[in-house]
Amino acid sequence: MTFTLNEEQQLLKDSARDFFREQAPVTRLRKHRDEKKNGRDPELWREIAGLGFAGVIVPEEYGGAGLGYVALGAVLEETGRTLVASPLHSSALVGASALILAGTDAQKQEWLPKIASGEVIATLAVDEGAHHAPGKSKLKFEGGKLTGAKQYVADGHIADLIIVAGANALYLVKGDAAGLTRRELITADSRGAADLTFEATSAEKMNGGADVIDAILDRARIGLAAEMVGQASEAFEITSEYLKTRKQFGQVIGGFQALQHRAAKLFTDLELTRSCVLAALDALDRSANTIAEYASLAKARASETVHLATNETVQLHGGIGMTDEHDAGLYLKRARVAEALYGGASFHRDRYARLLGF
Amino acid sequence: MSKDLDAFREETRAWLEANCPPSMRTPMTGEEDAVWGGRNYEFKNPEAKLWLERMGAKGWTAPTWPAAYGGGGLSADENRVLQSELKRINARPPLFSFGLWMLGPVLLEYANEEQKQEHLPKIVRGEIRWCQGYSEPGAGSDLAGLQTKCEDKGDHWLINGQKVWTSYANYADWCFCLVRTDTSVKHEGISFVLIDMTTKGVETRPIKLISGSSPFCETFFTDVKIPKGNMVGRLNGGWEIAKRLLQYERTNISGFGSNTRVDVVDLAKKHVGVSDGVLEDRDLRARIAAHKMTERAYALSVQRAQEEAKAGQNVSHMASMFKVAGATLNQDRCELMVEAAGNRALGWAGEGFSADDIATTRGWLRSKGNSIEGGTTEINLNVVAKRVLGLRDTQ
Repeated sequence: MTFTLNEEQQLLKDSARDFFREQAPVTRLRKHRDEKKNGRDPELWREIAGLGFAGVIVPEEYGGAGLGYVALGAVLEETGRTLVASPLHSSALVGASALILAGTDAQKQEWLPKIASGEVIATLAVDEGAHHAPGKSKLKFEGGKLTGAKQYVADGHIADLIIVAGANALYLVKGDAAGLTRRELITADSRGAADLTFEATSAEKMNGGADVIDAILDRARIGLAAEMVGQASEAFEITSEYLKTRKQFGQVIGGFQALQHRAAKLFTDLELTRSCVLAALDALDRSANTIAEYASLAKARASETVHLATNETVQLHGGIGMTDEHDAGLYLKRARVAEALYGGASFHRDRYARLLGF
Repeated sequence: MSKDLDAFREETRAWLEANCPPSMRTPMTGEEDAVWGGRNYEFKNPEAKLWLERMGAKGWTAPTWPAAYGGGGLSADENRVLQSELKRINARPPLFSFGLWMLGPVLLEYANEEQKQEHLPKIVRGEIRWCQGYSEPGAGSDLAGLQTKCEDKGDHWLINGQKVWTSYANYADWCFCLVRTDTSVKHEGISFVLIDMTTKGVETRPIKLISGSSPFCETFFTDVKIPKGNMVGRLNGGWEIAKRLLQYERTNISGFGSNTRVDVVDLAKKHVGVSDGVLEDRDLRARIAAHKMTERAYALSVQRAQEEAKAGQNVSHMASMFKVAGATLNQDRCELMVEAAGNRALGWAGEGFSADDIATTRGWLRSKGNSIEGGTTEINLNVVAKRVLGLRDTQ
């Protein structure tokens, strides 16, 4: 197992950091929110794809870079830091993983190069209720036609290709397929999503059953946990800076022990979670047989940490933290969406216990 | 390099195969199996003695210390191989020692050549058992407020005062001790000295804890004379050494007390019950799951810190973070075990309770010290906030 990035991965992370800080700082999300774009930023997506970020895990034979999950996780962490609104996670990680793990040769040939180039945005539609519950699906597939409904599909409002998970099977649905209805959701994190309805919609079956769905979801969970570590780290650092500059009672508030201890505990929590996420990404690249455990560990811990970090960001900023003008609220809102997607802390604690045999 | 490491792994494996006695490859059954060494140590198991002698002779009780001082002279990579090979055969640590964990590293950094030659090899071989003279009745969290007086009497130092929480002082051969050599200043008036516990005027008195055990002592120094050569570092330069030693200490403790023979999950399954593969008490199950995750996160973080540590300096203020996290983790584990075991963990003695039950109870009580010994959690959070995060009173 390794926790440190190799030279290639570090270069990628550094270039991602520079790019997102310059081209997609939090002000970009704020501006697009104010303009009611609901997560649509095709110009940014073209630039992201132009840098090769959409093809990081796609094998070279399909036009990607074949660099693996540690590398993509490093990029996703940087997108988390500045709350980049892009389908990078949905398409370059989840969509690409689904095709790599469950695509037929023809499906891979057709879609992976387009996902790697960013020409096609893919996403995974899995949940049908208010909570993550991949086993519970009422989806029906007969004669090449899919019938059913999916809720709160991440980037579902902008996806060109939808990978639909039933209880035991996966299907490919093109974004313009007849019988597919999208209801665009205006979401708290300003990224947008969609409820999807399939009424005898043309769909192609993919390979694999429940175990493959689980494997794809585990990749989604680990990748999102990487983004969440970025969000939590940035929220913590913003807060830490504020503690060093905000003065009350004639001194910086970071000098007060009550606040110092809260900051120290949050920092500890964040460091422990970062280790879990790095180990989980590494487990994916090693094809370890404990990926499921790592995925639940990483997603549960990342959910708890980003939850605490964003709450503390608001509280430790005091009044300004409650205002829309400050970024604290943007981190808080994205955090809750990321926590819920692909299962929150409670879901993954339960799953972890089951995996450990109790 | 990896080729050399492969060869080293092979050699190491063969050596361990030939030299690690069978009973030393079984899990320790409790704290009583820990071998502490020293002049008067009584080995309960002759194989434990053999194992210590063999590992000590090879310097592998202190694998990365220079061979010139009896250490193993291994590189960090070689040490990782050694540790993984030891783990592979479930080898018990041959020696538990404050000399190895705390004093040795600071002697390597601060002591003169004569002191290193004198003390390090004996630590490696487990011949001398050390205790730590830090806290005093009036100097707990405010350690630098210590008052044990050390006067220059020309050809010797004269020491008068009292230490407290001196772990196993009643068994120790020597004591590394913080003393006051200048009363006009605080931190800059402290020196670091080494005291032979057989010297006239040294007395120890064990302190009984809530767990029933007595790992700590009060230690009294009355007109104790020690040689001038027993001061480490410069006169009044002891505080820097004291703090560095605490970093080593905090890296190595936090888990005392837990009954490691029993896993909390197994205990819960046994006493709470399972239906459909799931613990019947769902609330307890969720809390155990969260604990298991923290335990894993902590282990991974220790591994990550070792990987990230550059050669040479391998301790830092981050030790305080690990101390806090480790202490909290162990205390949570002990609380969950007591809760899972129900009234089985609420016995104290006698035949109505198994040895494991009693160990769970006593371990839980002992673990209360985890967030106090080696610097309280509050003091360590101060260190993290100030030294790691840079939060200060004035900016």
